[in-house]
This record gives sequence, structure tokens and C-alpha cells, in this order.
Amino acid sequence: MTRAFLAILKRDLALASRAGGGGELALVFFLTIVVLVPFALGPDLNLLSRIGPAILWLGALLSMLIGLDRLFQGDEEDGSLDLIRSSVLPLELAVLAKGLAHWLTTGLPLALAAPLLGLLVALPGEAMLPVTATLLVGTPALSFIGAGGAALTAGLRRGGLILPVLVAPLTVPVLIFGVSAANAALGGTIPFRTPFLILCALSMAAIVIGTVAAAAALRQGE
Amino acid sequence: MPEDASPLTPVLFPHLVLQAENLACRRGGRLIFEGLCLNLGHGEAIALTGRNGAGKSSLLAMLCGRLRPEAGTIRVEGAPEASAAELSHVVGHRDGLKTALTAQENLSFAQALLGDAALAPEDALAAVGLPHVAALPVGYLSAGQRRRVALARLLVSRRPFWLLDEPMSALDLAAQTMLTGLMRNHLAQGGGILAATHGPLGLEGARELRIGP
Repeated sequence: MTRAFLAILKRDLALASRAGGGGELALVFFLTIVVLVPFALGPDLNLLSRIGPAILWLGALLSMLIGLDRLFQGDEEDGSLDLIRSSVLPLELAVLAKGLAHWLTTGLPLALAAPLLGLLVALPGEAMLPVTATLLVGTPALSFIGAGGAALTAGLRRGGLILPVLVAPLTVPVLIFGVSAANAALGGTIPFRTPFLILCALSMAAIVIGTVAAAAALRQGE
Repeated sequence: MPEDASPLTPVLFPHLVLQAENLACRRGGRLIFEGLCLNLGHGEAIALTGRNGAGKSSLLAMLCGRLRPEAGTIRVEGAPEASAAELSHVVGHRDGLKTALTAQENLSFAQALLGDAALAPEDALAAVGLPHVAALPVGYLSAGQRRRVALARLLVSRRPFWLLDEPMSALDLAAQTMLTGLMRNHLAQGGGILAATHGPLGLEGARELRIGP
């Protein structure tokens, strides 16, 4: 069973690294959003550094949403999902492997790129590490909440348009606590730890609930 | 002959019977078929026939767990713990191959996923007559070659039941003979084959199950 789990993980990582995999696309999209915002706001560095964490979080959220529709759709279209269904691996674990691969190829690179992009929004030096940390623990939640939506829209042809509408409202708690933890690190009345721990809890809950929900949606089938 | 060239060792599958009782299928609100019974036993081949849209592919989709039957049960006698899907190989219209991965990578993935390894991916590709494409991305292969790579999946891991949807489509004459040889070999080992088909399978003693009028 471990072998089947690792096989799915390895295959999805390999697919993401090939042409058209989508992992690097999310990173470029993230860069685009973060670069565009300062142009829209004008040359107010104080304003920019105050809303910097929010921009980075919004950018990461949107970057993760694009390409998410392909998470199960590709496998559904070419019949790989039938192959996965006929494995002894429970569908939940297959979803977990795919969600993990999605996070490793999109969420993790986005979090690691955040300090670099933080420079573009005049993020203070002492906030770099906390913002990266919040993205690191918060993006798994986005991957797995998204997996639930992706499983629901796997059979739809234009799922790419419906998915963000479906998923974005569910990511609101993650966004709130992610940004508030990052802001707490910049100074404020609440300590960094409080919202950060809630963010960790949200991520862990999302991994479990998202996995089970996505597997249930895939079982529902056509 | 390809069946002589294939390095398969005779392994007998345990005595299992794939049973479907009173299956009914509903697609898009319309009842496609009902009251369908099926018994696929040790060393048996069934050719599933019927006009277009009769529900051949839907029946296979139910057996492999993609569609839920409207009514009826599917079970495997002799293996109460396992579902029919876990004991079956499925090769259908959707070939289950990733175009960005090479033939060898696709087969290694299938082997790790399905378990119970039999032939190595390279040997399976040689057995379907495609030893030279192992390192090519599947996206570069022709329809017939892709079908052959998908059929090679039947050889990389050992499963008692083969559920095939139009297995002969896109195959040239030599490949059809090769597939018949592989199927004969599988039947001789005690496996079962259910193939939806419009043409002859070339198997002696294959029963015919006709869906619809």
C-alpha cells in the first residue's frame, strides 16, 4: 500500500516537472500579482509595507487556485483515475498523495519565494520569516480545500472557471488567520503565536476533511 | 508466435468467480439495461456484444467501480475481502496513460499502483512488440502503439480478471494476433476475460453475452 502511495506521489511530481506541468506557472503568476500591486497603489512605501503580508497571501491564494482544476481532471479524462480506483490503495490515501504532490509543487515553492517577493512590497526585514512561516503552514490548507473542489469538478469540462468560485469562500478562515499572524509579527497587540497556531490547526483540519470530501466526491462518480 | 516468445511462466490463479446479479444501469435518467447476470469463472472468456449504446462500456465501468449500479450486486466468489475492481485489470477507451511520461514510466507506475508484480516494464513492452519505445513519451506514440502500451499493463502485474473494452480497436493484424495469444495464455493460467467487442476475439470456447435486443 505504501508502494502505491509513493507511486502516485512520485508520478505527480514527475508530471509537474515535465512541460505543461503547471508548478512553475503558479510561481510566475504569483510574481505577476505581487509586481502589479505596487503599480496600482502608487509610490507609498508605508502603505505598501503595511498591506504587504495581505498582498503576498492573496497572491499565493490566487496562484494556488489556477491549475487546481487539473488535479483530478487530467486523471479522469485519460482513465488514470480508473487505474487508481482499481488499486488496493483506499481512494482517501490516493487523494492524500495527490494533494501532497500538489502542495510540494505549488504551495512549497510559493512559500519559499515569499521572502524574495516580499522585497517588492517593501516588507520589513523582521517580517520576512514570519510571513514565510505562515505561508508554509497555511498553503497545505489551500491545497486540500482545493482538492475537495477539484474532485467535485473533475467530470466537468469547464471546471476551471467554477472551481475558484467554489473554493475561494472556503479559504476565508485560512486567509484571515494567515494574514493576521503575519501582521502580528509586524507589531500589534496580539502575539504571533495565537493566530499562527490556529492557522496550523486549520491546515491540519483541512488535510483531513479535504481528503475525505474529495474521495467521497470521486466515489460519487458520474 | 508472440505467445511463445513471451517469457510468462505458468502461474495458476486461485479459483475465483466474478459474479454480477440483476445489475441495472441508469445513465442520464434512462434505464440502459436491467436484470443482467454474469458469471465469469476460472479460465473463462466472455465476449460482450450488443449494439452501440447498449451499455457494454457501462457494464465494464460498473465492474471496475467507476459507475454505481442502479440495482444489483457485484462480488467475487472465493475472495470475500476484495472488490471486483481490486482483482481486475481494466483497459478501455481511455487508456490510462500519461502522455508526458515515457512508456516505461507509465508501466512502472501501474506496476507499483496495482501490486503483485509480474513482468518488468521492459519485458512487458517486448511482449507486446514495442521494445524500442520504452524511453519515448507516450504522447509521441500512435493510437495503436498507445493501445499496445496500455495492453502491456496487463502483463506488469498479475490480476485474475481482465476487463477489456474494444481491445482490438486501433490494433493492426499482427498486434491482434499478439493480443489473442496473450489472452489464450491468461486463460490457460486460470484467469478470466470479459471483453466488450464488435469483432471476433479469436478465442475458441468464448461465450457470448449479448446486452439488449
